[in-house]
Amino acid sequence: MNQAATPNSFRSGPDEDGRFGIYGGRFVAETLMPLILDLQSEWEKAKTDPEFQAELASLGAHYIGRPSPLYFAERLTEELGGAKIYFKREELNHTGSHKINNCIGQILLAKRMGKTRIIAETGAGQHGVASATVAARFGFPCVVYMGATDVERQAPNVFRMRLLGAEVIPVTAGNGTLKDAMNEALRDWVTNVDDTYYLIGTAAGPHPYPEMVRDFQAVIGTEARQQILEAEGRLPDVVIAAVGGGSNAIGIFHPFLDDPSVKIVGVEAGGKGLDGEEHCASITAGSPGVLHGNRTYLLQDGDGQIKEGHSVSAGLDYPGIGPEHSWLADTGRAEYVPIMDHEALEAFQTLTRLEGIIPALEPSHALAEVIKRAPKMGKDEIILMNLSGRGDKDIFTVAKILGMEV
Amino acid sequence: MTARMDTRFATLKAEGRPALITYFMGGDPDFETSLAIMKALPGAGADVIELGMPFSDPMADGPAIQLAGQRALKAGQTLAKTLELAKLFRETDKDTPIVLMGYYNPIYIYGVEKFLDDALACGIDGLIVVDLPAEMDDELCIPALEKGINFIRLATPTTDDKRLPKVLKNSSGFVYYISMNGITGSALPDPSLVSGAVNRIKGHTDLPVCVGFGVKTADHAKAIGAAADGVVVGTAIVAQVAGSLSKDGAATADTVSAVATFVRGLATGVHAARLVAAE
Ligand SMILES: Cc1ncc(COP(=O)(O)O)c(C=O)c1O
Repeated sequence: MNQAATPNSFRSGPDEDGRFGIYGGRFVAETLMPLILDLQSEWEKAKTDPEFQAELASLGAHYIGRPSPLYFAERLTEELGGAKIYFKREELNHTGSHKINNCIGQILLAKRMGKTRIIAETGAGQHGVASATVAARFGFPCVVYMGATDVERQAPNVFRMRLLGAEVIPVTAGNGTLKDAMNEALRDWVTNVDDTYYLIGTAAGPHPYPEMVRDFQAVIGTEARQQILEAEGRLPDVVIAAVGGGSNAIGIFHPFLDDPSVKIVGVEAGGKGLDGEEHCASITAGSPGVLHGNRTYLLQDGDGQIKEGHSVSAGLDYPGIGPEHSWLADTGRAEYVPIMDHEALEAFQTLTRLEGIIPALEPSHALAEVIKRAPKMGKDEIILMNLSGRGDKDIFTVAKILGMEV
Repeated sequence: MTARMDTRFATLKAEGRPALITYFMGGDPDFETSLAIMKALPGAGADVIELGMPFSDPMADGPAIQLAGQRALKAGQTLAKTLELAKLFRETDKDTPIVLMGYYNPIYIYGVEKFLDDALACGIDGLIVVDLPAEMDDELCIPALEKGINFIRLATPTTDDKRLPKVLKNSSGFVYYISMNGITGSALPDPSLVSGAVNRIKGHTDLPVCVGFGVKTADHAKAIGAAADGVVVGTAIVAQVAGSLSKDGAATADTVSAVATFVRGLATGVHAARLVAAE
């Protein structure tokens, strides 16, 4: 990994050019440059506008259902026999995942900017559903780009988006997954610059998206920090989250970054194993490059061509990662580890049986890491995990793998 | 700067006609055929050559150029091979300016310093890198200018008068005005709007202003050429390659001649442009 100096604070990034160390930036076509500068200045204003913040908080409370509970997983803790395990229950949010936190924030910005049309990319369909939801709530037409492969494996979410009035456009370019959907959304945006707001679903893309999405998701960590202090009177020893583009992870990590006693662990999709091509472990097995507006760790070949990743979970199936994670990895503040498809599937079933919670396949990766770590930790230690989404959308995928009929 | 670009535009200015700038994808449909296409371009009337560097994720390109890049990558094209194309072309043509066009990541992975040295050695005169706006000049633009390679900037309808000076600041060679917001291969814009935009840019720079996006026929080329210092044609040329291929996507005996014939037609249009303008 690239060496980076240890900063005084891990929470002060990015700089005014949108950089976290060497990562981030604004690698976009000239056509889009004025748009992202506009977005940045509007975001700067909104950040400190009490009216904007009040509307955000009110929708958070009454529409999303915030704060989400912090839950002590008693039976899982007992079963593993080590550290106490707490879940931040983002799966209880309206629409079933953390994605809605970001969508509410960005739709308010879009409204502020006088935009009249929303576009979004989606992998698992959770961000697409959340985008379609807020578009319905605020009366915007919404177009969602989704890889054709994902349209197939996330059929329930496709139907939900259509019910909500969104147009879902299957993208067949490339392998038909999240990266291709993002390319297609960017093509739409350069074509429809005047009226269209691009609602990016993860903490990646050109500045200011990584920072802005992080700030909208940081409500997760801010609440969790307070909740764990109330429940245990102290901070957790480890915070764990799954990393696709990195929005749920940075959301729970960020408020803990300047607490040196708290270990930060991001879980990447190890797919079928890191020795082959079928994984999405950008940090563990990739290298820095430039894609989708930012410099970050990517899966790529020696010629700088981007590879298609693989994960059983569509939401982690992205060959890049948000730039702040790349920087956190290089500085050593956070650690990133892979979890294989089969480990995530086992964890999915474990949680379902032990706690009566069906997790999405994405946080099932984080859960598999919890299951590995907890037994090696003391009973007085605490793990906090972001349970970023519920698994209803995944039951067909899981049934197919387990050889069951639905 | 390498002299070829400025010399070429000065010559055309003396002749009183706009430049025909032709884009094709390096390595499409295979290395040898694309070398033959490149060698045929000047004879067919191309004044400047844009050599496309294929990339797996061409975010600003429409379907035709996306597919051309996929064909090239499938045939094993790499950035090193694209530079090799230029080098082989230079063995027989010392005068036609070559501009590499593509996305940043393959260059970044190749290594900026090494890339610029190799590009210079292979006879490259300029670079167009779609995802490096003026805000990112430290990455490649400044190092390229220091080595003497032109950095050609894209200006678009969203580049307003306030922003133009920033965009033009480190530009050299020519300014590439993308005449509409969108991806490559979109429809032709209204030529009268184009002439207004060209004049707006000319108010800020002495560089030649060339216009592209949507030019598909000799008539388009003529209409756009009347208003600009150069006409860029890409998608329509790439489509000629695609249309000439066998069912399994291989080059045929017609591939090179299809491109050459098409470019000859465009050249006729471009050569007639100023006659229209003078009317
Ligand atoms: C429930 C859930 N968790 C995690 C992710 C991964 O995205 P991110 O890394 O941005 O949180 C997704 C993406 O679709 C998701 O649906």
